[in-house]
Order: sequence, then C-alpha cells, then structure tokens
Amino acid sequence: MNLFNLFRRQGTAPVARDRLQILLAYERGSTRGAPDLLAILREEILTAVGRHVEIDSNRVNVRMDRGDKVSTLEVDIEIPNTVRMAPGGGRRKRAVPAHRSAS
Amino acid sequence: MAKVVVVTSGKGGVGKTTSTAALGAALAQFGQNVVVVDFDVGLRNLDLVMGAERRVVYDLINVTQGIAKLPQALIRDKRLERLALLPASQTRDKDALTEDGVARVINSLKQMFDWVICDSPAGIERGATLAMRFADTAIVVTNPEVSSVRDSDRIIGILDAKTVKAERGERVDKHLLISRYDPARAARGEMLSIDDVLDILSTPLLGIIPESEEVLRASNLGSPVTFNNPSSAPARAYLDAARRLMGEEVEMTIPTEKQGFLGKLFGRRAA
Repeated sequence: MNLFNLFRRQGTAPVARDRLQILLAYERGSTRGAPDLLAILREEILTAVGRHVEIDSNRVNVRMDRGDKVSTLEVDIEIPNTVRMAPGGGRRKRAVPAHRSAS
Repeated sequence: MAKVVVVTSGKGGVGKTTSTAALGAALAQFGQNVVVVDFDVGLRNLDLVMGAERRVVYDLINVTQGIAKLPQALIRDKRLERLALLPASQTRDKDALTEDGVARVINSLKQMFDWVICDSPAGIERGATLAMRFADTAIVVTNPEVSSVRDSDRIIGILDAKTVKAERGERVDKHLLISRYDPARAARGEMLSIDDVLDILSTPLLGIIPESEEVLRASNLGSPVTFNNPSSAPARAYLDAARRLMGEEVEMTIPTEKQGFLGKLFGRRAA
C-alpha cells in the first residue's frame, strides 16, 4: 500500500465498476446474438493464414485484451522457414506473425 | 509430483473463489508453479477475481473438445508468471464438460504444474462432482454459520464416496478452511466457534480466515488478497494456510488487522 492509497481509502469501488462495465458490455453483446468481433477476426486470420501454409496448432498463440476504448488481438503464428505451401495455396507470400488491433 | 486440490463447500457465497485465488497466489508467492482451474461452467468468476477477465480467449471446454490446445487456453498471471488460470466456459450447456475430457486436462496440467487447484461451483451437481473427481486433496470452505456447516458435512460425505481416490479405497486428504470468522462475535457467543465447527465436522483445520474488508477491496481490483495487501489479516491467514498445504508446521492463529495510527484514532470498526 503506497502513500497515495493511505489518503484515499475508498479507492477500489470505481475500479470494480469500470471493470464490470467493460466486461458486461462485451458479455451482453455476445449472449444477445451480437457478433464478437475479436473472435471473428481471430478465426478469419487463422483461416486466411491456413490457406497458404500448414499451421501447427501447437505453434499458435492468441492473446486478447478487451479494453474500454481499444481492444487488442494478437495472433502469433510460428511458421518454420522450410514452409510448405498448403495444397491450392495461392501466391507466394512471406509469412510473418500477424498482429492486429481492432476496437 | 503434482497435487490436485479441489476447493469446495456445497453452499454458495462462502468464499470458494476468493480462497482459490488467494491460495493459488500464495503458493506461487512461495515459488510453486500453480494453475487455478474454474469449474463453474456458465457462471465463471475466477477470471474476474484474478483480474484476467479481459484476456480470456479459450476455456476449459474448448480444451476438452480439442478446439484449443492447453497452453493456448492458459492465462499467465501478469504479476507472477508461475501462476496460471484456466477459465471456465460461459456456455449454458453444462453437459459439455465430460469426465474423460476433465481427466485428460487434469493429467496434462499435472505435467506442467506443481499444484492444480480446482475451484468448484456451488451445489452437488455435475460441475461440483467433476471438480472434485480427480482430487488428491480437498479444501472445504466453511462459514461459522449453520447452513454452511451442514452443507460442508454433505460435501465431506460426497468426497468420501464419489472421487476416484475414494472408489479405489483410498482417501482424499480433507481440510477445513473456516472463512469470514469474527473472533469477537464468537467470543460473545453470537457465532459458532472454531471448536464448535471442528467438533461437528471432525475434519482437520487448514486455516481461519478472519472477516475483513480487505477481501472486497482485493476483488474490486481483481487481485488475490495475498498479492493486493500481503500484510493484511486475511492475506496472512491465506499465506499460513498455503504453507500448511505445502506440509509446513505453522502455528494456528487468527491473524488480526495491525491497525495503523490513523485507524486506531478513528476506530473504523465497531461491530
């Protein structure tokens, strides 16, 4: 507990309220049929990359952080340098870890 | 060898999730690798108490169904890397959780961590029985109050009948964690005493968590109380309980709030 907290004992309720507002805004949306944008982007990014290279699901790391004004979605896909094009794969494309933000 | 612990109670609202978060964090603070697993399918809350609610991508059911790999679903604590969370699903379909699926996940977690702490939902339905199913150790959270003690007795019976260990003729190691205890009221005879509860449930005591405003403060912030204010009374009680879980001999006390100069001056509590 720092000095600042010492003089501001009632400090935690506003934090609780903000956290709940962010969480519930998202949860209400997803239970009432509104699409979860982050989840859609996540799936489509994985599908898009999967069209060009074979993805080892052990080498995929997805992180999300839902914020008030900005949410972030990080999709790290590890692709070996000896990359094999998936059948029907399109143009030759340098595979880099995808990193996207969406609000 | 990893230990699988279930935090259970039967009754709701006695402090299972708070205790799971605090004990998990405490064990990690002592250098252990810990995963806390939320079994409350449809009504998850451990993510919120741990402050990870904004980072949930995949959940326990996604892993059992093979949609996500276990390492992808684990959320590493931002304050302490050795502490991880496996969130419950928000789906309404409770049958999505199967015994085989849970067995596989628990076995994998045992390879990765020293402690697998399962936060049971209230009640005695599927979620609760699956949470305790593979436990080596059970922590029964009890409030010194009649309905909580009665439900704890029920749960102790179920632990002795429906766990894998019990079915093999072995015993689940059971411990009582008495929470929301108010020594002053117990002394005045207004609340069941520790001895009363121990006498009725005849189960060894893991710790006594005093009633404290610190618990709400910590959950407001999404920080286990042992992280948020380690010197507070409930945090010290949880830290002691964690040391007992690790097999240390720690004298049983009921920590009290060390009131600061201002606190003494204005005496914030007059219960």
